[in-house]
This record gives sequence, structure tokens and C-alpha cells, in this order.
Amino acid sequence: MIGFLIQRVLQALMVIVAMSVLVFLGVYAIGNPIDVMIDPASDQALREALIHRYGLDRPLIEQYFVFMNNMLHGDFGESFIYRLPVIGLIWSRFPATLELALTAMMIATCLGIPLGLWAGYKPDSWSAKAIMTFSVLGFSVPTFWVGLLLIMTFAVELGWLPSGGRGPVSNVFGLKLSIGSLEGWSYIILPAFNLALFKLGLLIRLTRAGTIEVMSSDYVRFARAQGLSEGKVVGLHVLKNISIPIVTVFGLELGSTLAFAVVTETVFNWPGMGKLIIDSITVLDRPVMVAYLILVVFLFVLINLVVDLVYGQLDPRIRVKAAS
Amino acid sequence: MSDAILRVNNLQTQFQTRNGVLKAVDGVSFEVGRGRILGLVGESGSGKSVTGYSILGLIEAPGEVAGGEVLLKGQDLTRLKGEAMRRVRGAQIAMVFQDPMMTLNPVLKIGTQMIAAVRAHDKVSRKVAWGRARDALAKVGIPSPEERLDAYPHQLSGGMRQRVAIAIALLHSPAVIIADEPTTALDVSIQGQILAEVRRLADETGTAFVWVTHDLAVVSSLADDICVMYAGRVVETGAAADVIASPRHPYTAGLLASVPAEHEPGERLPQVPGSTPSLADLPPGCAFAPRCFKAGPACTTTPPVQTFADGRSALCHYPIEPVSCQPLSSTSTTYRSAS
Repeated sequence: MIGFLIQRVLQALMVIVAMSVLVFLGVYAIGNPIDVMIDPASDQALREALIHRYGLDRPLIEQYFVFMNNMLHGDFGESFIYRLPVIGLIWSRFPATLELALTAMMIATCLGIPLGLWAGYKPDSWSAKAIMTFSVLGFSVPTFWVGLLLIMTFAVELGWLPSGGRGPVSNVFGLKLSIGSLEGWSYIILPAFNLALFKLGLLIRLTRAGTIEVMSSDYVRFARAQGLSEGKVVGLHVLKNISIPIVTVFGLELGSTLAFAVVTETVFNWPGMGKLIIDSITVLDRPVMVAYLILVVFLFVLINLVVDLVYGQLDPRIRVKAAS
Repeated sequence: MSDAILRVNNLQTQFQTRNGVLKAVDGVSFEVGRGRILGLVGESGSGKSVTGYSILGLIEAPGEVAGGEVLLKGQDLTRLKGEAMRRVRGAQIAMVFQDPMMTLNPVLKIGTQMIAAVRAHDKVSRKVAWGRARDALAKVGIPSPEERLDAYPHQLSGGMRQRVAIAIALLHSPAVIIADEPTTALDVSIQGQILAEVRRLADETGTAFVWVTHDLAVVSSLADDICVMYAGRVVETGAAADVIASPRHPYTAGLLASVPAEHEPGERLPQVPGSTPSLADLPPGCAFAPRCFKAGPACTTTPPVQTFADGRSALCHYPIEPVSCQPLSSTSTTYRSAS
């Protein structure tokens, strides 16, 4: 168990190193951030001064080691644009994205698993076919377009919900979240649903496929022969057996939602991390990009670690071994 | 036998397929009395497993029980639907399946599965259910049952898992247990132990067993009565000892002749020529006629059920004449309990 954790941490460190090198090289190849930042009319002396101030005149390898050294001391540097510590900048956007991602995953899970179970339990019924059609739409229609439709329908035509932005925040578990108030919910529900659609489609299909497979297994037949009610058969025998692929996809999707909710955050003008990274890329704000991506790697490693630990709880045959 | 607990009358189970209606079970009738063991014998595809599923109402679309009766203590199970049938399943009639590796849910503890089985019919606390599960495991000869309840199926051997499955079937002391080739996947010594255990349970608890198998050696040592099936029909019935000593239907005779124990090592085994016909393409009249050494001109018409003086019957135009009684084999073990 300890060996497993150490191995995971080492893996994460290697990924972080590899990724930081790639980002450094990539941004270096794209161009000089100073050219984007300063007024094109400013003279060469000012440009040189700025380049020197940010240390961009030093060799790339040196820049990289200075950055890594600072990072190891907990200093991710300052944003070129905002002139603020990167960590504080990302942290200020984190709660918005977190609550958006979690709400979206909750919608996807609470709807997707029951709908998928039903579609797999009665695969030939018309309701199952309707659910499957919906799931295809869920992950084939582009997110931005659905987002615009949602705004058109619920904000513009019906006027029930606000069209974008984030509602009033309150302190929930030490984070500034908008889900603490009803008004906050009115802001979050549309973008969350928009973000959930793809995952909803995915979870429905995954749950259905697993359910169909398990329903024809011998142990389900044996459970029925024991006189277990259909609810027990599905809730006890089926659900636990199909939970491994569901947990896997849930973990991956949670990670990618937290890291890359860019499109939805842009359409709904949601002040989260996705918007921050997009803005940073357009102005080549290298410290923000590197720090953000390191955070993303860390997030994925953490989520996958939790998923691996949950596997062992769900299926006793794959308890975590120190060697693996 | 008039005191039959389970009586199956003219059971018909059909499957709707693209090639038309397949009659997997076509007019099967038999009965089992208290504490008796009926061997339901046949080759693969003869409809013996489908018969078992039909009795419990576990046939799924595109299959259906199209006719006949399944009388359990006089109550016709084929008329029961949904919740009413669920109450019978596991409580009054239970089933054990062929492959013990597949019948227990791999991700649930034995205890969880057994407690669910207890509470499916009796509204008792988990603690009481746990105690009953432990007692059931002890009853089928599982050592240290408390530990087993806390184990997952993959931690038990195949024989142990099949004992667990039998223990689950016994939880509500059902009147009848249908066992669908439960020892086929096990090695011979474990098979012997389980057969002895089943014989003991039938004698002690009065539970009736319908033992579905293709293995005549098992039937000859375990069953009281035999019912031989071929292509969805019962071709011969009778007391186990009589049928084995002197088969009346040519198919039964063919099956018995191909049991290896009856022959010298190295000798070529006689076999029934040909193979089981497809249900979609049965010959007219007797389904066995194309493979039968006694087939005659009458066999293109449906054979009559001929009943004989000793309570036996055969579905045949030309039944074999009885021979004077000879034991099957002096070396074969008989799984009778010590009592």
C-alpha cells in the first residue's frame, strides 16, 4: 500500500517534470511574450529593459531551472499580465470552477446512472430507445451550441434564469461558493447542465452496456431463482458489478471538467479557471500556463489515485498490491 | 405415486426465433415425491435445463411457457405472475446452477448474498438472517461457516462454492430443489462428497430434488427415479434401478452402452450414432428414429407412450423387451447416507 502510494507520487513527479519542459519549450517556440504585452509603438530600449526584467534574455535552460527552483520553494512566480502571484490568481478562480464541475458531475451521475440502468434493464422498451437517442444527442451536439440554445430558451425567451456570470457568493466550507443561495443556483444551473450533457450521454451508454451484460449473467439468474425482488437484483447485484467502469469514467471526466471547462465557461462568462487559462494562452502568460498545467497534472494524478483505491473497495479481486 | 410434491404436466416451452417456433420442451410430464430424487437425464440440447427454468418461471423472452401445468403442492406455478411467483421462488422451490464459478456474484461477500436471500422472503433483522445463513452453511458441511460468510466467492474452491449455492437453495427449506448439473464442473471426488450430502439432505429434510444431468453414473447412484429426455420430450421414465438395469427405450439403451465403466479398458466404446437433431429441423414422428437401431416403418409417425406393468413408460413404437434384472455395475458406489 505504501509502496503503491510512493510509486504514484514518483509517477506524478515525472509527469510534472516532462510537462513543464514541454510547456517551456512550446511557449518559447511560439514567441516572445513581451511583444504581446507592450505597446507596439514603444521603443527598443523599453523592450530590452522589459525582456531583461523578466529574465527572458537568459538561456532557456537557465530560465527553466530558475523557475523549477522557485517552484520547489513554493513560488510559482508572478503572472506577466496581472502582476500577481500565480498561485493566488489560480486559487481565486478555483472555487468557481470547482462548484461548476461538481454540480455538472452530480447532474450527470444522478440522471445518467438511473437512466442507463433502466435502458439496460428494459432495452427493448420505447422509453429505453428514447433515452438512447437522447444520449447520442448528449455527446454529439457541440457544447457551445447547446449552451447558446439554453441561453436563448431559458434566459432570453422565457426569462427564467440569468444568461451568464456568477451569482452572489457566500462562505461554504471555507470556499466562496455560489451554491449556498437560491439565487446562486439560478446562475449555476444552466452552465452546469450544459457541461453535464456530454458526461450524461457517456454515463447513460456506459451504464446501459454494463447492465445488459450483467443482467444475462448466471448470478443474476441465480438471484432471481432465490426470489430476490427486481429492485434488489438491480440495486445489489447489477449496480455493484457495473460500478468499476462508471467510477473510472467518472474520475476521468471529473478531472477534465475541472481542468477544461473552457467552452462552457466562455459561453456563460463563468469566471473560472478555464477562462483564466484561455486568456493566459492568448497573451503568452507563461507562469500562469505552466503553473496551471502542473495543477492539472496534480489533479489528474490525485483523482486517479482515489479511483484506484475505490476499485479495491468495489471489487475484492483487484485489491491494490504493493507491487503493481 | 400420488403423494407427489411437484407434478409437471405436459409442459411446453417455446422460443420464438427467426427460423420459426422452437419447441425446446414439448409435452414433458413427471412428478417427484417428498424426499425423492428424480434424475432428469439427456444430452446437451435435450431441453432438460429449459425444463428446470420453466418450472421456476425463469424463461426470458423470446422464450415462453406455452402450455401445461407445473403443480407444486397442487398450485399451478405457470399461472403465477410477478410478485406471486417471486414469493414462491427460493421459498418453496429453489434452484442450483451448473457452474459454481458463475452463480455467485464475484463482488459481494457470501454473507451479503445469503442475507439478501434470507430477507427476500422473511422480514428478519440482518443479525437473524446472518445466523440462518451460518446454520445453512454448516448444514451442507462447510467448515468454519462464520469465516466463509465474510469471504468473497473467489476465495473459495469450486466445490465449496457449489456447497454455498446449495446452502442458499436450502435457506427457506423449500419443498423442491431443482439442480441443473450442479456437479458437472467439479472434480470426481468433490462430486462424490456433494452427491452424498444431497442424498443425506433429501433423506433427512424430505426435500425433493430434480437432478438435471447428462451423467448416467451420477443418476444411477443418486436418483430414485429417472426421466430420460430427448429433443424436448420425455422418452422413458421409471425407477432408477429398473431403467438402468433394463432400458426400454433404444435411446436410453444407447446412452447406457456408452458409459465407460461398462467396458474393458482399450475397448472401443459403443456410441449412439449421429448427433442430437436441431430443434428447428426435427424429423417427423419419433425424433430419435434416424439414430435408432430398432427404427421401423411406424417411426415416421408420432410414437405412443407405452406404459408397462412396473410403473415405467417409454415413448416408442418398438420398446426393448425387459431383461432379467442385472445390476449396472458391482463396482459403482451408491451414495446413500449412512443412516
